[in-house]
Amino acid sequence: MATLLDNKNTDHLAPAPTAETETNTTARSTTSAVDSSLVYATTLMVGTFLGILFTKSEVVRWQRVHEMFLFQDSHLYLIIGSGVAVAMLGMAIIRKCEASDIYGKPIQYKPKPFHKGVALGGMTFGAGWAITGACPGPIYAQLGSGVGLAGFTYAGALVGMYLYAWAKPHLPH
Amino acid sequence: MTDFLLQPWPWWFSGPLIGLTVPLLYLLAGKGFGISTSFQQIGALCSPRSKLDYLKNYDRRKGTWTLVFAFGIVIGGFIGSHWLSAESIEFLPAEFFSVWGAAKLFIGGTLIGFGARYAGGCTSGHAITGIANWNFPSVVATIFFFVGGLGVTWGLGHILF
Repeated sequence: MATLLDNKNTDHLAPAPTAETETNTTARSTTSAVDSSLVYATTLMVGTFLGILFTKSEVVRWQRVHEMFLFQDSHLYLIIGSGVAVAMLGMAIIRKCEASDIYGKPIQYKPKPFHKGVALGGMTFGAGWAITGACPGPIYAQLGSGVGLAGFTYAGALVGMYLYAWAKPHLPH
Repeated sequence: MTDFLLQPWPWWFSGPLIGLTVPLLYLLAGKGFGISTSFQQIGALCSPRSKLDYLKNYDRRKGTWTLVFAFGIVIGGFIGSHWLSAESIEFLPAEFFSVWGAAKLFIGGTLIGFGARYAGGCTSGHAITGIANWNFPSVVATIFFFVGGLGVTWGLGHILF
């Protein structure tokens, strides 16, 4: 299962891209990135759109998340529910039309594999969500809003990522 | 209209638009919507000589977009709170402005980073994108997000909050 989780990365070992980068930078004389600047521009746009939505929908507020877990407020359930419904409809249309992205590449969802970590990590994540009142997207939106304390949440998240990187070989997958 | 936009947005307006970002990101950028991969991207960038497979085998160039996306959310957060809000938003209750509050955020953040990477995604990658694509493991992940969140809120709430 661990190999499944890594399958998108295994074709690149650490030293290989470095060599590639050097030849590419001379050839393209731009950045070493693999995506075009148009991709980055549209990604930034959609990200900004999403950041506004996270903030204005109040999923960035601790109180809202807390009240969701206390079943006192249906706001977040309705947001997640309607969000999933619209995303599902959008993906159904994309599949039905066999749509491509604006660069002509066919759109294909890469399934996330099942392993024990989906449950164990999922539970850990949920606990952190309840304590901090933020999931990864809202952490970024809080930082952008100038919430200094969100720096602690973010620092913790990066430490958590390193802990996982270190513990991964010893964890059940 | 301006009045409506400057108030908190109701779920029937913001929820569907959040969902729309999934097909939108596919169409405009060819990317699958997810946010916590940006943590791994930062790890791989900051530790280029790491011996840990999780960081070593990660393609930093392919993942650059995750940081661009995250930076977009940062900008969006700024716009939403500074230019699109009539009143200032209370992100965190006053009791978080203390050493214990900061410690809670740090510990909770650690659980978020560890858990999201262990589960292979967070609320965006699993709960929204995953379920929208009928990915069964994402349904399991989402159920366990709530198992963890409800467990902490109802089981440890009297100590934590």
